Amino acid sequence: MSNLWLVIRREYLTRVRRRSFILATLLTPIGLALFVVIANAVFSYENDDVKRIAVIDDGNLFNGALPDENGLYFRFVDQPLDELREHPEEDRDFSGILVVPEVVNPRNRNFRVQLFSDETLSIDAQSRIKRRVEDALREYKIEALEIDQNTLASLDTDVDISVRSLTATAEGESDDRSMAAAIGAGIGTVMGFLMYISVFVYGMMVMRSVMEEKTNRIVEVVISSVRPFTLLLGKIIGVGALGLTQVLAWMIMIPGLLFLVGLFFGLDAEPSQMPNSPDIDPEEMQSMVAKLAGGLTDLNWWLILPCFILYFLGGYFMYAALFAAVGSAMGDDMGESQTLTIPITIPVILAFYIMMAAIQNPNSSLAVWSSIFPLFAPIVMPARLAFDPPLWQVAISLVVVFLFAALMVWMASRIYRIGILNYGKKSSLKDMGRWITAKY
Amino acid sequence: MTAHSSAPVIEVRNVRKTYGEKVAVDDVSFAMPPDAILGLLGPNGAGKTSLIRMITTITAPDSGTIYFSGAPLSGYHPTQIGYLPEERGLYKSMYVGEQLLYLGQLKGMSARDAEDRAREWLAKFELGGHWKKKVEELSKGMQQQVQFIATVLHDPKLLILDEPFSGLDPVNANRMRAEILRLHAQGTAVIFSTHRMEQVEELCEYIVLIDQGRNILQGKVREIRREFNEHRYRITYAGQLPPAVGQHHHLLNPTVSTVDIKLQPGEDSNDLLRSLLNLGVQIQGFQELLPSLNEIFIKRVTRLDQSTPEEALMATPSSAHANR
Repeated sequence: MSNLWLVIRREYLTRVRRRSFILATLLTPIGLALFVVIANAVFSYENDDVKRIAVIDDGNLFNGALPDENGLYFRFVDQPLDELREHPEEDRDFSGILVVPEVVNPRNRNFRVQLFSDETLSIDAQSRIKRRVEDALREYKIEALEIDQNTLASLDTDVDISVRSLTATAEGESDDRSMAAAIGAGIGTVMGFLMYISVFVYGMMVMRSVMEEKTNRIVEVVISSVRPFTLLLGKIIGVGALGLTQVLAWMIMIPGLLFLVGLFFGLDAEPSQMPNSPDIDPEEMQSMVAKLAGGLTDLNWWLILPCFILYFLGGYFMYAALFAAVGSAMGDDMGESQTLTIPITIPVILAFYIMMAAIQNPNSSLAVWSSIFPLFAPIVMPARLAFDPPLWQVAISLVVVFLFAALMVWMASRIYRIGILNYGKKSSLKDMGRWITAKY
Repeated sequence: MTAHSSAPVIEVRNVRKTYGEKVAVDDVSFAMPPDAILGLLGPNGAGKTSLIRMITTITAPDSGTIYFSGAPLSGYHPTQIGYLPEERGLYKSMYVGEQLLYLGQLKGMSARDAEDRAREWLAKFELGGHWKKKVEELSKGMQQQVQFIATVLHDPKLLILDEPFSGLDPVNANRMRAEILRLHAQGTAVIFSTHRMEQVEELCEYIVLIDQGRNILQGKVREIRREFNEHRYRITYAGQLPPAVGQHHHLLNPTVSTVDIKLQPGEDSNDLLRSLLNLGVQIQGFQELLPSLNEIFIKRVTRLDQSTPEEALMATPSSAHANR
């Protein structure tokens, strides 16, 4: 077996069975599912605090129809207020009295109802009662002022900006690009974020692996059998395979668990469960879903997915190599790593912010230039992919990323071969620069 | 693979190595003598480790060549070398067996071979039950044994041991010394690098002394000691030493029953003995003192480098001891 393969296998196997890795892989989706369950439970919390409200509807505003909801039970009563208030506390069958006076002038924009209660009423309950009264008043006023329902409805106009591609229409395609932009932004954010996280998590893992061998003093034994370059490459590939395993496990587990959670807890996202949420027209909802599905299928996945994987690899190799170089220059004190990792973390964080800006303006010169700048490209360009960037830009960016990644791996191996044998003190960036050209 | 079966296992020819401004190894040449354990000596920082790293192909010389069994060093040779570095360690969270398998396979062994040999060696060191234990669960002494097994697992033709006994307890040190001698008897060439002279005298028949990157002395231990003979004799006597002895001879290291005397030019041991008898010394013992390697070492190192005698002394904590 070749030594490269042996190194890759060791790096992968010793990590994949580590308890911390297994826990992180399993617990992240479970934690996410749990979060969804809890969040949902909080939002759809059924108020078990039952309030019975006696309603005195002097103006017959509600026409005797006020349906109960979520812990609020309404009952219309004919008795006058004073009589109700004199009821002895023991045999009261209500916890509050709502007094709705007659509407004197439909043009009056203020209306006061009174609620008598000894218990404090939750803000939620208050606002729900308020909304009920407002709705009923609206109905009442429409009738009283003799306004045509249709006329009124026609005042609200839904403005929909339909963005169309200049070139696509010429080819006779009728695609609604407003949805594409939203979808592009969503997918771009997800991809950029995924890149950002994996560069950090797995890059740091490579760095720790290098430092571990150095502080354990095993490295000299190993490089008396393996060339330092092979060891470094094996490390990067092994940890990369580990990262891919974890990401794949999550890609399977997260949707699967969310589906299961949906099945067991009935999270079918019924809008009525959300208090105060504006009613969404189911038809509109359906057309939204259709548009979304359409937009998703319209995306050029044959370009996006392979490119994403390529950028993932290029970006990972580039940054993992840099982290490895820094790890090899580290002293025995792991706590000192900060000063050396900062020069690497800064471009990653910058790239992340540029990525956020690029999603807003995917064709701005900032976005274009940073998707050709190799340190930013692996994070910025995947975010732009869903916006149909010109192919030549993707091609140039990919070539630059891969050339640069190769250069970084080469450079890192130059630093690494000297750094790992430089025991004791942490080395400076200047030292590392010198090592690149030093012969060994 | 051996070009000439008679060629020395390692021959270093005019090797030079610099790190930036610093000359680590300067024009060093030597050949492994057949059937001898080679002691590579020198104070700390003399260039021993730099030299060893070139022999193990970790680094390459700036100029000069190193031959392995007559052929210039190549990427194949690491599989023939077992190297125990001064700075050594193991993967702490890896299982003992797995670790030996990995290191053995890196040396070109098949997985099956590596496993068989690893089990044999572990059994020999009474570590047979620790195959499935993590290294960090073992005692320090056990870890050192595992480390040694990893070095010799692949039956190297050449064993390079850099300060192998540092940090070892006496039991482990003895066990390792016995194994080194056994492997050597079976035909493994051994390079033993240290600054501890008493260990060299115990193990090595041939030494190469390095100081400041230069090879300043080499040869058989016995011959070197003879060469550095200062013609000193230790006299063991009974009763009092007559005061007149001090007037006729230069006395060194006097104790209650012994004194060392250096021969004067033109004098031989019989002359000294006769003179002492005439002076009325009650002689119980008369013994030639050959310089210890430690003394030679300090002498050579300090003579070449007057500025750092303390450093050389510090590098050799063992005390001078007499010829046995």
